[in-house]
Order: sequence, then C-alpha cells, then structure tokens
Amino acid sequence: MRNAADSQPRRSTVHLTAQQGHFAREVSRRAHVNIARCWHCKCCSNGCPFAAAMDFYPNQVIRLAQLGLKRQALESSSIWICVGCNTCSVECPQAIDVAAVMDALRQMAIAEKAAVGEPNILEFHREVVESIRRYGRTHKLEIMMRYKLKKHDWLSDVNIALQMLSKRKLDLRPSRVKRLEQIQAVFQNILQAKGHEQR
Amino acid sequence: MSSGSVKEISYFPGCSLATSARESNQSLLAFFEAHGIKLVELDDWNCCGSSSAHSIAAELTHLLPSRNLALAPPQRPLLAACPNCFLRLKLTHMTLLQNRRAAEKYRRLWGRAFDARLQIVTFFDLLSDMVDRGVFKDNPRRLTGLKFVPYYGCMLARPPSMRNERNFHGLMEKVLVSLGAVPLTWSQGARCCGTFLSVSRPDIAADSVAGIMQAAVDVQAECIVTACAMCHLNLEIRSPLAIKVPILYFSELLSLSAGIGGGKGWFRRHLIDPRPLLQSKGLIA
Repeated sequence: MRNAADSQPRRSTVHLTAQQGHFAREVSRRAHVNIARCWHCKCCSNGCPFAAAMDFYPNQVIRLAQLGLKRQALESSSIWICVGCNTCSVECPQAIDVAAVMDALRQMAIAEKAAVGEPNILEFHREVVESIRRYGRTHKLEIMMRYKLKKHDWLSDVNIALQMLSKRKLDLRPSRVKRLEQIQAVFQNILQAKGHEQR
Repeated sequence: MSSGSVKEISYFPGCSLATSARESNQSLLAFFEAHGIKLVELDDWNCCGSSSAHSIAAELTHLLPSRNLALAPPQRPLLAACPNCFLRLKLTHMTLLQNRRAAEKYRRLWGRAFDARLQIVTFFDLLSDMVDRGVFKDNPRRLTGLKFVPYYGCMLARPPSMRNERNFHGLMEKVLVSLGAVPLTWSQGARCCGTFLSVSRPDIAADSVAGIMQAAVDVQAECIVTACAMCHLNLEIRSPLAIKVPILYFSELLSLSAGIGGGKGWFRRHLIDPRPLLQSKGLIA
C-alpha cells in the first residue's frame, strides 16, 4: 500500500503544549468519541477501503489529533477521502466511531479556514448542501453541472452523463419539497450557529 | 402468497430511489404489494442530508432527518429504502432519545414532541421477518441455476452506537438460495463502492469498483446482487474493465421470483444490460 506519510520527513520529537491538549479534547467533544481510547492496533487502517489514497491512515489521523498536531490533521487529505462507510467502526476493538472523528475534523477544517487537502471533495459537498437548501432534495444533474463548471471540467464523464440521461436516470427538473419554508427554517436555524461557513 | 389483510408501512424513498434508481423503487413496491404490504410514501419528505450535510455542517446532521421523522404518522413503522438514508434517520432518532436539548429543539421546530416509539426499519428488517414467517418456503424456485455474488458494500457496517441493532449478514444469500439461485464465494462483498468519490475523485472510486468487478469475474458470477442504489450506480458507471457483469437489484430478483416485473421495463434502464442473462434463464421474455 502506498502512503504519502511514509515519505514525509520523520519527526522524532513532538513537543506537547497545553494548547495541543485542547485540540484533542475539542475533537473528542465534537465527535462524541474519546479518542484517547485508540491504542493504534491499525484495524481501522487495514480495513479502510480507501487507505491507499490517503496521506495519513485513519489511525494516524487519530494519532495526529491525540498529539494535538492540529495543522497536519486539519490539512490532511484523509479527512476528505473518508466517505463514512463505517468499515473502520466495525473493525475497531475499542468501539471508536472513526467516521465521527473524520466528520469533526472536516467541520473544524472549515471553521478554522485550514488549507483543505481535497478542495474538490469539499466543493462537491457544498453543491449537495446548496441543492438541498434550494429544493429540499438533491437535484443530481444540477449538482454535477455546477460542480463541473466550478472545476472548468466539461469533458470528463460526458459519456456517462449522456448514458444516464438516455436511460432517464438524471431528471432534468428538480423534485421539490412543497413546504420549502420548513427547509428554509432549518437552514436559518444553522446560519447563526457557530462554525458554519457561508460562501 | 399474501396472508390476511394489507399491512401499511410508511415509506421514505430518498433522492436516489426517486430518480436514478426508479427501477429499484418500483420493484420494491411491487414485491411488497405482492406480499400484502403497502408502502405509503411519506408526504413531502426531504433529503436526509446524504453524505454531505454531516460532513460539512454539524448543525444539519440531525435537523434535516428530523423533519422526516416529524412527517411519519404514529403506529406505523417507517421504512428507509436507502441504507445511507436509514443510517441518517436512525441516528437522528437515537440522538433525540438520548439528548434532551435535541428533543427540545425538535419540539420547537416541528411543533410537537418526537415519537419515541417510532420504529425505523430497513428493507432487510422486513425481509428477515418474512423469512422467519416462512414466506419463501413454498415459493416456486424460479431463479434456479442463477449464479450470483452478494454485494453488500458498506450497508452492513454501522457506527459503534448501533452495535446492538439487528444485523443481516448473509440475508441476501439465504433468501436467494431458497428461490433456487446459487451464491458464489468471493472477496469483495463488503467493500465500499466509493459513493460520492465517484464524482469528486473518480480515480479512487474506479480503483474500488475495478476490484469489485474483477472479483465477480474471477469467480464466474453471472450477476452481482445489491440492495443499494448508490452501489448500483457506481458499479455500473465506474468499472474500467472490458468485461462487465450485470448488477441486479435484490428487489428486482425478488419480484421476478414472485412472477412480476418481466415486462415492466426495469431492466431497460440498466446501463449494463441484464436482459440477455435474464432471457437465457427464462426469467423475462
């Protein structure tokens, strides 16, 4: 398995400060998980179907959080490549909700304006959430088109899109929630909430 | 086949089944109808938040599913057809049970207390009950000789907080074997398909799907059976291999085995055409 972390310069000493302890506690608090329970058996990393594409393995991400290495944790590609499939959670002998840790780190990366390791994945998530805000449901065709527009990438996947359209797997018009004001109320509710990034 | 009166169950289709996976939706409805269960679509349901809301906006994680819980009439279980929608709805309900502040917020938003006794179920819950009642015992073995690999993807994997919930390992095999089909042992039955990486990092999803498709080819499977719309789409569009094994919805096979669905056009909608296979097995004309 390839792992970019292996090729990074080794740090033999990590200087812990009180502030770094805050980070570990904040991750635990947001994720509702005590990350100190992780003893690095690597069951999560060996079970993860996407570990090979990550810069840090899932247990290494937890290690970064335990050691308070905030910047490395929040800028890692791993937290975005994780799709939350929960395979790691099934493997974990310590019942750590690894996917919830990844959720917490993603949300913190946005709140702290960290350099996002996988900007395209974040952009995709934003388009999905925007679609829900507009219609109450996801409109796949529009999500794809807006996402491709942002990336200036019109050519990849044209074939797939045409096939899906011909099989009527992509609706031209969005399906909308009738009482859209209720969806707006939900979004209003979170606008004031701390940590949510408006574009 | 059906016994007694029609049982009604609230039904949350979710965005995928309402659009790209309409054949999954229709076969599910047809199958349950044939067995005396009427799925009543939740009126004006909204998206559960998918993989994106909880990834980037903590506050949306439970608010979006909570509106759907508020729409569910009492005294009826709520079926979420999509495995990811199920997780989102169920985790929200569990949070409401445990967290008084979340329950209070729910009451303020939706004007009533949440239904603590609401049962949220998957397709597998209902099917497993049917197996226990012996529903498939005397079914004609219409699927005889169909060699399949069961593909669960991540749908049996759950967060630690749900470790004590029912689990359904082997259910698709159990049911399909009783209908005459032949399960093959393979390596990739629980490997995630990549979900949204199929859009945002197609290279990673294609690697995953190639491994899954190759494993099915290696054991000479005639088809891959899935119960998830996301898995179905990714397996159909992201395999870089020249050989493509048809992907069938579990509900399509169940309907075919109950003698319905052959002429309904579900199979025309597949991007990897399963019709030659189904015709060779005498399952469709």
